[in-house]
Amino acid sequence: MARKNEVQTQQKQEVQETQKAERMHDRRVYMPRADIYETDDAIHLIANMAGVDQDSVDITLEKNVLTLRGQASAQTPEGMELAYSEYAVGDYERSFVLSDEIEREGIDAKMQDGVLDLTLPKSKSARSRRIPVKAA
Amino acid sequence: MFYRNPYGMGSVFREFERLRRSMDDLLEGFPGRTPTAYPAVNVWTSQEKVMVTAELPGVKPDALDISVNGNILTIHGKPEADETDRSYHRRERPVAEFHRTVELPCRVDDEKVEARLEKGILAIAMPRSEADKPRRITVKSE
Repeated sequence: MARKNEVQTQQKQEVQETQKAERMHDRRVYMPRADIYETDDAIHLIANMAGVDQDSVDITLEKNVLTLRGQASAQTPEGMELAYSEYAVGDYERSFVLSDEIEREGIDAKMQDGVLDLTLPKSKSARSRRIPVKAA
Repeated sequence: MFYRNPYGMGSVFREFERLRRSMDDLLEGFPGRTPTAYPAVNVWTSQEKVMVTAELPGVKPDALDISVNGNILTIHGKPEADETDRSYHRRERPVAEFHRTVELPCRVDDEKVEARLEKGILAIAMPRSEADKPRRITVKSE
C-alpha cells in the first residue's frame, strides 16, 4: 500500500531495555542512526541526534565500549496543542564496541545541527600492531 | 491505509490512524514493515496559528525549500552530502533527497510563514488565515 511521496526510510527506533535496571526518567529513548567509517589513523562516527546540543550530549569510553547519550530538548511550542503526530520526542542512547584501541586524549567531538561528529584516533600501538602481509 | 492525512474526517478516523500507528510500532523490527514518509511531522495548532515540526538533523537551511499553498505545505530538501569514497562500516543516516507534502488542518496566511531550523529540528509557524480563524459565537438570551 504505497502512499504518495514516500522515501524508504526507517522510522525512529526505540531502544529496547536490556538491563535489569530501569531508567530514572520515564522518557522514551531512541537509538540514534549512525554512520561509521574508518581511516588509517582514526575511527569516525557520525550520529543523528535531533534536538541535542553540545551541552546535553554525553560521550563515555569504558574499555572498548563507547556510549553516546543525548538529552533532547522538548519540542512543544508554547500554548499549542498537538493535532497530529507522526513522531515522538525522546532522548538518545547507543553503545558501540570499538575494534581498536583509542587514544583517549585525542578524541574530538562536535555537535552541529543535531548531528554528532566524533573522531576517535587509534592509539599508536593499535596502528603499529597491524602486520603487513607480503605476497611471496 | 488510504488516508495520508486524517484531518477533517472526524475523531473516529484520527483514532483509527492512531491505532494503525501503534500497530506499526508493534510490528517494527519485522521485515516488510510499512515505511512512513520522510520526514515524519508533528502538527500543532492554536487559535492563532498552525505549526509543523520535523526532525531533520544534518540538513542545512539553504538545502531546504518550503512552500505553502492554501492548506498544503511542501517541504523539500536534501541532507548534506557525504564523501562517497569512504569505506563505511555502517551507513544508517538518511541521505536521499526528500519531498514531503502535509495537509494542514486549516488555511494559512502564506505571506507570514516563518521557518526555523535549530539543533536539527525544523519548525514552521504559519498564522491561520483571517477567514479560517475560529470565531467565537455569543449566545444571546431573550
